[in-house]
Amino acid sequence: MNLLDYFRASKVGSASVAKERLQILVAHERSSRNQPSYLPQLQRELLEVIRKYINVDQEAISFNFEQDDNQETLELNIVLPDYHTKNI
Amino acid sequence: MARIIVVTSGKGGVGKTTTSAAIAMGLAKKGHKTAVIDFDVGLRNLDLIMGCERRVVYDFVNVINGEASLNQALIRDKHCDLLYILPASQTRDKDALSQEGVGKILEDLSKDFQYIVCDSPAGIEKGAHLAMYFADDAFVVTNPEVSSVRDSDRMLGLLSSKSRRAEQNEEPIKEYLLLSRYSPDRVKLGEMLSVDDVQEILSLHLLGVIPESKSVLNASNSGTPVILDEKSDAGQAYADIVARYLGEEKPHRFIEEKKGLFGKLFGGK
Repeated sequence: MNLLDYFRASKVGSASVAKERLQILVAHERSSRNQPSYLPQLQRELLEVIRKYINVDQEAISFNFEQDDNQETLELNIVLPDYHTKNI
Repeated sequence: MARIIVVTSGKGGVGKTTTSAAIAMGLAKKGHKTAVIDFDVGLRNLDLIMGCERRVVYDFVNVINGEASLNQALIRDKHCDLLYILPASQTRDKDALSQEGVGKILEDLSKDFQYIVCDSPAGIEKGAHLAMYFADDAFVVTNPEVSSVRDSDRMLGLLSSKSRRAEQNEEPIKEYLLLSRYSPDRVKLGEMLSVDDVQEILSLHLLGVIPESKSVLNASNSGTPVILDEKSDAGQAYADIVARYLGEEKPHRFIEEKKGLFGKLFGGK
């Protein structure tokens, strides 16, 4: 360690923060990029069908698409309200 | 058949036009007949960087519309006989470029040229899309800075999904990283992302690092591509990049900081 390194070591640069932020962001954006393009449409249509029978709102449904080497998983989660049948 | 190179980045101001001018000149100086096309319709600037702004008569859109022939619109470079420039139009019509029109021009140029360099506009609009659509190789110009790295990654996504090669299930576009405006001393201080950091995030093949350099502004002031300034660090960096692209083995330079007297006294190694 030389004289300059001694002064440098006392200061932590911002580059490591930049790298960490980018790694998280890029990983997130890449995963959504690989989703099939029909996913938003599928989500809207499924929601419409479900709403014909059950009164749920947008937030009660969550979609999750995951991909690994040999399989793709589409997870659909619906939180049903207490009184879920519509009075027709 | 020509090899089509797109110089792209997503973000503006990172050095796409500087890079396009330099590598087109470099390829031509190596004996390859090269055309460089400005895709930034409405905001043409390649002509200024190449120093041929006063010789523009016809442009890219004139050729697409059949108002001029390719030979009438192509400007021969004053430094190199093998280099030709096709300037962008200054029209405000955003739809002036069409996929068929661009495809036809590239096909015609392919018969006569070995390399076609497409200088993409910033953003992900039509001009940027068409600049990359027909490409065989992509030079992704990135600055060691968060927004530039993010935008580069976005462009990588588009290159692999919205290009001719992707749509026709051909071999994908070859993507190369050109890291520009690099300051080794700031990297050493931990103030700037390093080459390794950027490569780790983007996982791209590094074609070269272009250091932050006063010679780039000097070159654009005078309208001579910086690669012609053979004494400058940026000029040498671009010359290395062209050589590596053509298959020569060149060790990477400009990644370590230059050691002045102060560095020699205190630098240790």
